[in-house]
Amino acid sequence: MCDTCGCGIVDSYAVDGVPTSSGAPTDSEHSHDGDQDHRHVHIHASLLGKNDRIAERNRGHLMEKGVAAINMVSSPGAGKTALIERTLRDAVDTMKAGVIVGDLATDNDAKRLSATQAPVVQITTGTVCHLDADMVAHAMPRLDLDALDLLIIENVGNLVCPAGYDLGEDARVVLMSVTEGEDKPAKYPTMFRTADVVVITKVDMAEPARFDREAALNCIHRVAPDAAVIELSAVTGEGMEAWHEYLAQRLHRR
Amino acid sequence: MQEAVGIAGHHAREAGATRIRMIRVRIGESSGVVREALEFAFEAVTEGTMAEGAALDIEVTPTICHCAGCASEFKPANVFRECPSCGSLSTDIVQGMELELTSLEVT
Repeated sequence: MCDTCGCGIVDSYAVDGVPTSSGAPTDSEHSHDGDQDHRHVHIHASLLGKNDRIAERNRGHLMEKGVAAINMVSSPGAGKTALIERTLRDAVDTMKAGVIVGDLATDNDAKRLSATQAPVVQITTGTVCHLDADMVAHAMPRLDLDALDLLIIENVGNLVCPAGYDLGEDARVVLMSVTEGEDKPAKYPTMFRTADVVVITKVDMAEPARFDREAALNCIHRVAPDAAVIELSAVTGEGMEAWHEYLAQRLHRR
Repeated sequence: MQEAVGIAGHHAREAGATRIRMIRVRIGESSGVVREALEFAFEAVTEGTMAEGAALDIEVTPTICHCAGCASEFKPANVFRECPSCGSLSTDIVQGMELELTSLEVT
């Protein structure tokens, strides 16, 4: 995870192209080495405490607005954007959804999703390989939350670092496509373990990919026993009904 | 890691210290954190701060799961948290997800 791989060093990121500073503390004061004895200072503070606090604030704010939020994570290319695109098109008459999409660079995904007429905010993280709660907090005011039922947060394509960062979502959706290998959950257990639902994408390609469905389901179940599993194809529409049903259940009653 | 150094600096200053000599952290075996990466990042983020040159002490806590079926705790053999007694899968990690700054040595 990032606090560790050094990619947690958030210098700056942009929300819809507007640079935002994380206000990372720097310390340039240097003192001379004294001869004082070492003193012990007890702390016991969670390193993700700050993110968790902001995430909790996001969650409260969304709840107050009656907006359900999902955090969609996967490796790059698993089909997050395609699924969101299809979801927005299918549900245009039944639910109002907005999207916050994170990428290291470009607003390609925001453009692609904006074509559905849904409100979309792009966060470009620069070098950071995950979204954090603060980025989402800065992006949320750009959406008219009063008009939304659902906030879809498309995280940066990465199965490692986003695992540790609560964004304030109600549910975490972890995607894996049939071309990625059945044992993906065993390779990235930290992420899959946090899944409320695992979505197997691109099932229309299962046969040419020689996807072993039973092995995949078994692997998902062993890593994330409580997670629901939905199998779908955003291209053919197969399985989309179950996905929409799942989303409908997540929506807050107003 | 930057967050760790930030919190450490805050506490050290509050204690009236001018330098941080050691930072102790506790990371869970299942937290997804890699010791080597942490050490590498530590050097980078302490540069130019009051923690520059400080030692980093990493305590790794093993993963312990709770089995609801047996009402007992066990150490999983691998990423699948299968109870060795009854074979059911645990969703309850009671230890091993820590990511904590525990203490400092300051002067």
